[in-house]
Amino acid sequence: MSGTMAEQPRTAVSNPPVRALAANFGEQDLVRRSATGSLPAPQRQLTPVAKLIDVSKCIGCKACQSACIEWNDTDPAVGVNAGVYENPHDLTDQMYTLMRFTEWVNPETSNLEWLIRKDGCMHCADPGCLKACPAPGAIVQYTNGIVDFIQANCIGCGYCVKGCPFNIPRISQADHRAYKCTLCSDRVAVGQGPACAKACPTQAIVFGTKEDMKKHADGRIADLKSRGFANAGLYDPPGVGGTHVMYVLHHADKPGIYSDLPENPRISPLVETWKGMTKYVGLAVMGFAAVGSIVHGIFGRANRVAREDEENAEKLVDGRPVPPPASEERAG
Amino acid sequence: MSAVVPPIPQGNAQKGDAVHPGSPVTVNRYTPMKRLNHWITAASLILLALSGLALFTPSLFFLTGLFGGGQNTRAFHPWIGVVLFLSFFIFFFQLWKANLPERTDWIWLRKIKDVVGSHEENLPELGKYNAGQKFIFWSMTALILVLIVSGVMIWEQYFTQYTSIPVRRIAVLAHSIAAVLIICVFILHVYAAIWTRGTLRAMTRGTVTGGWAWRHHRKWLRELAARRKVGPAE
Repeated sequence: MSGTMAEQPRTAVSNPPVRALAANFGEQDLVRRSATGSLPAPQRQLTPVAKLIDVSKCIGCKACQSACIEWNDTDPAVGVNAGVYENPHDLTDQMYTLMRFTEWVNPETSNLEWLIRKDGCMHCADPGCLKACPAPGAIVQYTNGIVDFIQANCIGCGYCVKGCPFNIPRISQADHRAYKCTLCSDRVAVGQGPACAKACPTQAIVFGTKEDMKKHADGRIADLKSRGFANAGLYDPPGVGGTHVMYVLHHADKPGIYSDLPENPRISPLVETWKGMTKYVGLAVMGFAAVGSIVHGIFGRANRVAREDEENAEKLVDGRPVPPPASEERAG
Repeated sequence: MSAVVPPIPQGNAQKGDAVHPGSPVTVNRYTPMKRLNHWITAASLILLALSGLALFTPSLFFLTGLFGGGQNTRAFHPWIGVVLFLSFFIFFFQLWKANLPERTDWIWLRKIKDVVGSHEENLPELGKYNAGQKFIFWSMTALILVLIVSGVMIWEQYFTQYTSIPVRRIAVLAHSIAAVLIICVFILHVYAAIWTRGTLRAMTRGTVTGGWAWRHHRKWLRELAARRKVGPAE
C-alpha cells in the first residue's frame, strides 16, 4: 500500500488533507464480527474514539442532519409537517441522525425547557445489533469502538433492529439492507471527525478520543452545575459497556425526558435468551434427536408386520373367524 | 324384521378408506389429495428447516447457499412458511376428526414400553391413529400456529411496522423455540414412520397391507371390514 497513512483524528475541526492518504484502520482492526466464531485477534489496539453531544449547547439547527445527508449521500424523502419539529419524523434508512425535540416543564421551576437530543447510533461497547446479527460480517466493531454495518454482507432480516436497545437500525425497502450512523468511519479512517461534528455551529457535537471527550464533558458538567443544573451529568450507559457516542445532559438523573432516552439500556434478556440458551440447547436437542434416531434405526430392531398379521387380515376380510377384540376393549 | 346385525366397530375410518381382499389384503389409507397435501407440507417443512437453521446459528449459515445466498434465504423463508401453513391446514381439516383423543389413547400411552418393545399383543386395539400419531398431529398444529403468527410479526419486508420492537423480540424468541420443537417432532415423525415397517407406503402408494392394519390399527380394520360386508352406506 503506497501513500502516507492518515493520523487518527483527535478532533472534528481539523482541515481535510490536501493529498490522498491511506486509511488508518480497516479489517485488521476488528474486535467483533457478526456471526463469526473465529476472528483473529487484532494486532494493535486503536485509541478509542467518541462523539460527545452536549444537549445544553444544541440550538436545534439541524446542520448535523444536513451534513450527515451530504456526507453519506443519502436521499431522505421530502417531509410533511405533522405539527412537530422533527423532520423527518423518525430515523430512516436515509436519515442516520435526527434532532428530537421535547417541550418539558421543569416541575421545580415551572419553566418550559426545550430539550433537543440528536438521536442516532450510540456505538455501544457491547452492541446488541451485532449480537443479534445472523449474517457473517454484516456488522463489525473496530478496536477504536466504531460499530459499522457492512451492507454487502447484510441479508435484511431485521434482527439488528430487535437487538438494538436504542431503536436505531432501519431496513431499506429498496435494497433490503440495514443502515445507521457509521460514526463516519470513512472520515475517521482518513483523519477526519464525523460530518455532523464538523458542521455543528455551536460545537454541541465534538469528537476525539473517548478519554478526551470524558474530560471535556467534565468541564461542561462543572459549568452546568455552577449555573444551577445540579443534576448535570454524562450519559455513557454501563449496561451496554459504555458508548462511543455520549451525551452531556443537564438533567442526567432523568434521561427519559429527552425523547425517551433509556435510563439503563442493555441488550434485552429476550435477545440474550434467543441468541444464547435457545441456540445452544436447541442445537443440542435437535442434534441428539437426529443422531439418536439414526443410531437406533441402524442398531435397533424394527417393528415388522408378521405373517400371522397378514393371515388374520385375510381371514377378517373373508369373514372367517379371527381373534376377538381384547376384553378390555369390549368393556370399553 | 331384519336379522340382528352386529354393531360396526368405531375405528375412525374416513372417506376413502377401504379394504380390498387379496393376498395380502390391501387397505386404502390416504387419498391422492391427502398425500399431495402431506408432501407439499413435508417439502415446505424441510426447506423451512434448512433456511431457518441457516439464520439460527452462524455454524449453519452456509446452508443459505442452497437458496442462492443470505438475501434470497431471508426473502424465500416466509413465503415457504405461507405455503406450509396453507397446505397443512387443508390437511388439518382432512384429518382432525380421526385425531380426537379417546380413552384407548391413555391406555396406549400407559403401555408405552410395550409400544417401543413391539409387544402389540399387550396393546389395546386402535382406530386409525394411535396416541403417538395424534401427538404428532396436534403438536404440529400448535407449533405451526405459533410459527406462522410469530413469523408474520418478524416478517421484516411487510409486517414489522404493525408490532413494537419489544413484541417482536418475544416473537423471534417464540419462533426459534417453536422451530426447534417442530424439528424434533419432525424427526420423531420420520423415525416412527421408518421404524414401523410398512408405514411409508401409506403416504406413497396410499395403501397399507391388511397385516399392517391388523397389527397397528385393528379397530380401524375391523370397521372397514364390517362396512364392506354391510355394503356402501349410501
